Amino acid sequence: MTAVAERPVSAVPARRWRFRGVAWTVVTLAAGLAVWTAVAWWYGSALVASPAETLRAGIDLAKDGSLGESVLASTRRILLGWALGVVVGGPIGILMGRVPAIRRLLDPYIEFFRFIPPIAFVTLAIVWFGIGEMSKIVLIFYTSVFIVTINTIAGVLAIEESKLRAAASLGANRWQLLHAVVLPAAIPYIVTGARLAMGNSFLTIVSAEIVAADTGIGAMIWQSRNYGRIDWIFVGIIALGLLGFVCDRLIRIGAGRLLRRYGVKV
Amino acid sequence: MTSNFDVAMSGDSPPVRDSGIVLEDVGIGFGAFQAVSGIDLEIAEGEFICLLGPSGCGKSTVLMALAGFVAPNHGRIWLGGREVASPSPDCGVVFQNSDALFDWLTVRQNVAFGPRMRSVAQARQREIVDEYLGLVGLRHAAGRYPSQLSGGMRQRVQIARVLANEPRVVLMDEPFGALDAQTREVMQQELDRIWRAHRSTVLFVTHDIDEAILLADRVVVMTAGPSARVKSSYEVDLPRPRQESSAGFAELRSRLRADISEEVRISLRAQGIDPERAAA
Repeated sequence: MTAVAERPVSAVPARRWRFRGVAWTVVTLAAGLAVWTAVAWWYGSALVASPAETLRAGIDLAKDGSLGESVLASTRRILLGWALGVVVGGPIGILMGRVPAIRRLLDPYIEFFRFIPPIAFVTLAIVWFGIGEMSKIVLIFYTSVFIVTINTIAGVLAIEESKLRAAASLGANRWQLLHAVVLPAAIPYIVTGARLAMGNSFLTIVSAEIVAADTGIGAMIWQSRNYGRIDWIFVGIIALGLLGFVCDRLIRIGAGRLLRRYGVKV
Repeated sequence: MTSNFDVAMSGDSPPVRDSGIVLEDVGIGFGAFQAVSGIDLEIAEGEFICLLGPSGCGKSTVLMALAGFVAPNHGRIWLGGREVASPSPDCGVVFQNSDALFDWLTVRQNVAFGPRMRSVAQARQREIVDEYLGLVGLRHAAGRYPSQLSGGMRQRVQIARVLANEPRVVLMDEPFGALDAQTREVMQQELDRIWRAHRSTVLFVTHDIDEAILLADRVVVMTAGPSARVKSSYEVDLPRPRQESSAGFAELRSRLRADISEEVRISLRAQGIDPERAAA
């Protein structure tokens, strides 16, 4: 009876809160646009494109198809490289977390390479993997794999000893222990690693595409410079931000729906 | 497998019966610290033993060695005629802390874990799970996750999960130690009922004298550590379910209390606390 009585009482403040949340987002966005407009007006369109100019340029680029093509090309590279990083980094992290010999073997390399930014490898990647898609995907993979690995190791090391012991005394062999206990217990950490890796991928894609690509958002930004089109650069930057936001949201919603029972909190 | 091979190689015959537990002069230590030493203990099949002693005396360490989680540095441990070398489904463990449950699995899936690992057929798994969930009174909660259960319910899941694997021996490491007093009492009565229905060999570690008398066929008292050993052993010859108010219960309680308090004093002195002055 309390549950029935409570519902209407608690529902009103909840709805009001949600409305307040939306209202605040609208207010912040409006304020941001106002500041942007003011700055653009002050410095002039040769330095800063105003929101209106950016929107117009965006519509133009969307109409001739180059914006869609760029977004699609970048998204494809990011998703492929990032997914590869998660698929490879997760298992490596689990093995490194569970097998001390493997950890000792790989740890120095992980600790060495994770401090070398992918941009340092851009030229090498092009020399080794060509000017095509492969070099970009490899770079995104490189920027994703370490952070997923390191997070997965942390997740494996955080598993309660009693869970592992319980599984072993219930008859799980080594392989069963890995896939039935270690992997599910580490999933929240792997998801965190994947989200951070997605952020890294966006940082990397632009530098990779600036150096060698004729499509992609990075290439679009770079080519705009040759035409002196500040407004196109603004379109590219906004597109990157929005694309990153959407990708992170998709991971959060997907992980929240599919992996909630593993304790993924997003 | 390995232990079988060892037995064949060394030509040793296991000291006793098929299903019991035998500890032969067992010592367990970690580096320079010797937790227990010279433990000799025999547990017959179907016997319920409570291992009682002051906290920190190494009761749980003995249990961990029996489960195969730590290796003794002296002596040997036999279980069902085989020397214990590693964790095995013959030896189920109920842990004090319910974080031993798998949080991402439902109650049903937790209980089915052992049979699933042993590739028991799906239909049979369902039967087993239903049986043991019924035994611990949790059929209504089969679809819930551990985080949605109370502490007492979580320990019931642990018990059902271990029994569903039909182990030769059930090891319980202060399973009700983290529960509130009322829940603990209910769980003790429940365990007594379950054990009478199931009659498995149980080694139950506790520092609660009443709990030990309530549950055990035999209470084994350990000395204070380090180098703890078996001090004394009491047959509990009271009809089940036992009444804490009965004369026999009270008499055994006072004998055990006298026996243990001596060890508690020793262990306090070892920690630099003078029990006489502290009491005054």
